[in-house]
Amino acid sequence: MAFISSGYNPEKPMENRITDIGPRHFEEFLPPVIKKNKGTWAYHEILEPGVLLHVADSGDKVYTVRCGGARLMTITHIREICDIADKYCGGHLRFTTRNNIEFMVTTEDEAKALKKELNGRKFAGGSYKFPVGGTGAGVTNIVHTQGWVHCHTPATDASGTVKATMDAVFEEFVNMRLPAPVRIAMACCLNMCGAVHCSDIAILGIHRKPPMIDHEHLDNMCEVPLAVAACPTGAIRPTKTEWQGKQVNTVAVKEERCMFCGNCYTMCPSMPLSDKEGDGIAIMVGGKISNRITRPAFSKVVVPFIPNEPPRWPTMTKVIKQILDAYSKGARKYERLGDWANRIGWERFFEVCGLEFSHHLIDDFRDPAYYTWRQTTQFKF
Amino acid sequence: MAKHKTPLLDQLESGPWPSFVSDIKQECENRAKNAKGVDYQVPADCPDDLLGVLEMSYVDGETHWKHGGIVGVFGYGGGVIGRYCDQPQMFPGVAHFHTVRVNQPSGLYYKTDFLRQLCDLWELRGSGLTNMHGSTGDIVLLGTTTPQLEEIFFELTHNMNNDLGGSGSNLRTPSCCLGQSRCEFACIDTQQLCFDLTQTYQDELHRPAFPYKFKFKVDGCPNGCVASIARSDFSIIGTWRDEIRIDQKAVAAYAGGEIKPNAGAHAGRDWGKFDIQKEVAERCPSGCIRYEGGKLEINNKECVRCMHCINTMPRALRIGNDRGASILCGAKAPILDGPQMASLLVPFIKVEEPYSEIKEVIENIWDWWMEEGKNRERLGETMKRLSFQKLLEVTNLKADARHVREPRHNPYIFWKEEEVTGGWKREIADYRKKHQK
Ligand code: HEM
Ligand code: HEM
Ligand code: SF4
Ligand code: SF4
Ligand code: SF4
Ligand code: SF4
Repeated sequence: MAFISSGYNPEKPMENRITDIGPRHFEEFLPPVIKKNKGTWAYHEILEPGVLLHVADSGDKVYTVRCGGARLMTITHIREICDIADKYCGGHLRFTTRNNIEFMVTTEDEAKALKKELNGRKFAGGSYKFPVGGTGAGVTNIVHTQGWVHCHTPATDASGTVKATMDAVFEEFVNMRLPAPVRIAMACCLNMCGAVHCSDIAILGIHRKPPMIDHEHLDNMCEVPLAVAACPTGAIRPTKTEWQGKQVNTVAVKEERCMFCGNCYTMCPSMPLSDKEGDGIAIMVGGKISNRITRPAFSKVVVPFIPNEPPRWPTMTKVIKQILDAYSKGARKYERLGDWANRIGWERFFEVCGLEFSHHLIDDFRDPAYYTWRQTTQFKF
Repeated sequence: MAKHKTPLLDQLESGPWPSFVSDIKQECENRAKNAKGVDYQVPADCPDDLLGVLEMSYVDGETHWKHGGIVGVFGYGGGVIGRYCDQPQMFPGVAHFHTVRVNQPSGLYYKTDFLRQLCDLWELRGSGLTNMHGSTGDIVLLGTTTPQLEEIFFELTHNMNNDLGGSGSNLRTPSCCLGQSRCEFACIDTQQLCFDLTQTYQDELHRPAFPYKFKFKVDGCPNGCVASIARSDFSIIGTWRDEIRIDQKAVAAYAGGEIKPNAGAHAGRDWGKFDIQKEVAERCPSGCIRYEGGKLEINNKECVRCMHCINTMPRALRIGNDRGASILCGAKAPILDGPQMASLLVPFIKVEEPYSEIKEVIENIWDWWMEEGKNRERLGETMKRLSFQKLLEVTNLKADARHVREPRHNPYIFWKEEEVTGGWKREIADYRKKHQK
């Protein structure tokens, strides 16, 4: 492995340096029919799960075939995507905000051929490579975070929990038989890079044990005031302790005040909190970001803890299926999961989903908690 | 032959959903074969070692990635995230495994020649593993070593005419829905606005000067496909303020069953005959639709532009013509103080290049937040701490009933001295002249 230079000269880093040019302009990448009709689209139709038709004022049509994919993908896989786009779409394609892949063509026949081609490709292990679906009143691809594949604070894996979930709800990906779209999101810690706080169903990695303190290294690796300031509940205070006969500056954690957010670890690597038994998953439901009919809403915690059960997290997928099935059975057309729960009442929600309500589900974090308690005698027996 | 045994991960190869494990395995094989004779600049077996370390996490139930380290390219404060494995002896291929964030094109359209260039670059100088795309929107290249960073940046800028995205306490890579490129609901050109903001604020994107991260996201309409209202400090959502355009002939076609409701989104189940009265008029949250004698009427003054009727009958109803955007501020995930949804700041603003009006709002907010925001405090938290009124004050905007869901519950109003007749200064002696102790 000989070092290959691309032309960068470390002696003169500023020589020929190009910076702050931003991304390529999107127009370079638009398929011709899209570019031509931009801003003048008249209407759209979903012809079948995964196949969309958009019609422009000019009468031009574009057929889009949407397929799912693991967000974590290799260049071999991307090259295969490119081959398909070259063969059918003049080298154009796009990704959706939920990590689906979209191929666009101008005739229905080409769309049919594409769908067949995409559904025909499988990985050596047996799974689809490009399952067509993810449209309309169904489950689409899961937005998620890094998990054990690449992050330092996760309480669970992301790619694995997502694969297990999508396998379990696959029929809802290739069908459109739910009352409304169901958005599932996954985040492997409370940082929520995946923003699961507003999803119909959210899988959230959580810790349950306070941070350990590495007194040997803390003062060298961390700024004590930063670690102290990082804690939202004021559980951390500076202190001194004896370590191998030496006085060292360090911190102490008032453990009963810790709510396991991991913020201290983000600011101070000497305060890790991951733990095999301590870590696991919380399930949240009822969030949405669309303004359709009802206003956007936060997800609510309905299962406070499920242990990590790699590789397939069977308890987690069972709970998700239970919620999805009860919703599918009980909700009205156009009614999002949270709107359904609000209508039947959350006490009824737990009943019909077969979930247990526990004291962990009553909010006790700061002011907003109060607004989630019940201030009326209207409730259901 | 696989380098590490991965019995747990292997179980994730079955089932219909695309398996990332199978995909990584095919990459391992290709790199081992090296049919093209690539002179790999990072260990060729890094995908094998990634599977190995992931399998170890599946056994241990804990991550094996160390807390990040500070790495980056010269002159930039963001765009690269340092990553090191805590078992480097066992998995030398991923001992150093940094992430590179690449600024994505607006709307995530690509030409294959660009993607192939990216693949070639990442084959030579990286692990061959990516995220398409990260949660913020960037193209994420997973896994390379420090000496490659400048080379990757050089090739990206010189050969691909493309820049890095943002990370750290700075402006994060702005993102948008596909907007007018293929959506009839888009009230604004989300792509052009997103591109323009990205270009205008390159300095903020690459050189952290903020208390914490700051995100712009642009949705073309209130359906919110890019989740800007939940995920961005500065959320721009397309809207209109005149009338929904109605095509009564198409309304009749929906009533007659010639056109499927909701563009066919519910086709998978028999929901019975489409009923405009029940499914559209009665679901309208502001009750402003009347359906009588086969004609649909909307009292547009009362419409809150929720999109339901338009989503349900896209061929009969279309967004209005006087279009612009609403601006909402302060969304964030729970860390630290609980989740926050973005709050409405500007009910309506025209969206026209060069977007000076929008930029004025942005820059006023930044000036204030950079002055007053605490370390690692998101804009939403600063707003909560210092009040919405303060945000209005720094952006020179007038209070409006649209800013609140309902007026305040408590009368503890912070009157300012200049707002009260005669000011606050009084003499106790004068008071005592009229009131005995
Ligand atoms: C004759 C009538 C009352 C007297 C002499 C009285 C006296 C007091 C006193 C001495 C305090 C403690 C002040 C302090 O610790 O700083 C107090 C607090 C308070 N009182 Fe009263 N009170 C009366 C009536 C009421 C009524 C009718 C209400 C409400 C309906 C009320 C509500 C409160 C509240 C909310 C506090 C504050 C408690 C706190 O800060 O935690 N009081 N009162
Ligand atoms: C937000 C509403 C109110 C608050 C927070 C409040 C608070 C208080 C407090 C803390 C005191 C005790 C003062 C002390 O330490 O001596 C007090 C006394 C009193 N308040 Fe109020 N009050 C409120 C509303 C009212 C209303 C609505 C009335 C009458 C209709 C009222 C009439 C009185 C009277 C008569 C006293 C007793 C004064 C005394 O006998 O020394 N207050 N209030
Ligand atoms: S959600 Fe948490 S654990 Fe997951 S990638 Fe983001 S910071 Fe890392
Ligand atoms: S995990 Fe969060 S609550 Fe617990 S000590 Fe750390 S910062 Fe504080
Ligand atoms: S947010 Fe609105 S304009 Fe953008 S893609 Fe979604 S529906 Fe279309
Ligand atoms: S957009 Fe929503 S509020 Fe407006 S008329 Fe249609 S259903 Fe009613």
